[in-house]
Amino acid sequence: MEHMGIEPGRLQFSWISSAESTKFVNVATQVTQSIKALGPNTQFIKKLAEVA
Amino acid sequence: MLSYTEKIREIAGRLLASGAVEMVIGFRQGTIPMMNEPHFAKTPAEVGKLVWDSHCGINLANYLTDRKEKIGIVAKGCDSRNIVTHIIENKIKREQLVVIGVPCRGMVDKRKIAMKCPGEVTAVIETETGITAKGNGFSQSFEKKDVLQHNCSLCIHRNPVIHDELVAEPVDEQKGVDRYADVRAVEAMSPEQRWKYFEDLLSPCVRCYACRNACPLCYCPTCFVDESRPQWVGKGQEPSDVRTFHFLRAYHCAGRCTDCGSCERACPVGINMRVFTKKLEKDSLDLFGWEAGLSLEVRPPLDVYRPNDPNDFIK
Repeated sequence: MEHMGIEPGRLQFSWISSAESTKFVNVATQVTQSIKALGPNTQFIKKLAEVA
Repeated sequence: MLSYTEKIREIAGRLLASGAVEMVIGFRQGTIPMMNEPHFAKTPAEVGKLVWDSHCGINLANYLTDRKEKIGIVAKGCDSRNIVTHIIENKIKREQLVVIGVPCRGMVDKRKIAMKCPGEVTAVIETETGITAKGNGFSQSFEKKDVLQHNCSLCIHRNPVIHDELVAEPVDEQKGVDRYADVRAVEAMSPEQRWKYFEDLLSPCVRCYACRNACPLCYCPTCFVDESRPQWVGKGQEPSDVRTFHFLRAYHCAGRCTDCGSCERACPVGINMRVFTKKLEKDSLDLFGWEAGLSLEVRPPLDVYRPNDPNDFIK
C-alpha cells in the first residue's frame, strides 16, 4: 500500500492476543495518536455524484 | 526458433496418434498479424495449424485449470513456471500433462512495432533475429531485440523448468539482468509522487478485466470484482475502485506471479500493470528468496510458516 502512495504510518498492523488487554489499549492509543497526527485521509475517497 | 514449428507439429502428432494425450494446447496464427491465438488440437489432423514464432506471448497454463483429460501443452519458460504453480495449487496433476518445452528467446511487443510503423501492419515476416512489418505502402525492418516485450527483455528463465519433450536445445539464459529497475524507481519517489504515478498509470483503465482473464493465476470461480454479495469493490470507473481492483489483483498474485507479461499484453489500452505485480515479485525475492514456479518440491513462502519469516511490520 505504501508502495502505491499511501502515507507511511496510515496503515498499521498488530497482533494482539485476546489475553493482552494492556497491549490492546496501548496499540489503540498509539495508532489513534499517530493517525490523528497525519490528519484527515485524502486518498481512497469517493465523491458522491453531484445532483442538480 | 522458426524451426520449432515443425518439431512441435511432429511431437503433437505423435502424442495424439499414440493416444498419450487427448489434446495438445499450442498456438495457431491469429486472424490479424502478431496476435497468435491458442490452438487446441484433438486429432492428428489438427496439428497442422500449430505454429511457433515471436508472437506466442499468451500464457497457455491459463487453459489447464481443472481439466480432467490428458493434455500435451506447449510451454515456454514462463508457461512452464505457471504450469508448476498450477500443479502446486492442485489445479492440474503432473501425471495428466505432457509438457512440450520450448526454449524461448522472447516474444515481440506488437505495440512497439505498431508505434514505429506509419500505418496499419497487415503482414509480418520473421527471420531468426529480425522482424519485417509490412502494410499499405511501407515495409519496415526491426531487430528482434529492440522490439521485445519488456518482461521478455528482463527474463532470466527462458528455458522450461519442467518438460517431457524439448523442441530444441536449451538457449543461453540472460545474465546480469537488472530485473527491478522500474520498481526501484517507484520506491525512490515520495508518497505523493507515487500516488500520482499510479493515478496516471491507471487513468486509461476501462475495467475490461482482460488482464485478469489472460492471467493463469486468476482462476477463482467468481472473482472478487464480480461478486455482489458482498460487493467488495465498486464496479465503475471511480479512480479508487479502479485502483482497488489493480492492487488487490496484484496481491492475489503475490509469490505466484512469474512475470509472464500476459496481463500487459492483453490490455487493450496498454497499461503496464506489471509494476504492481513486480513489486510483490521483488518483495518475494528480497524477503523470502523466492521465485515462483521453479520447483514442484518446495511450497511457496506464503503457504508455509518458517520461524525466521520477516515480521517487523507487526507491532
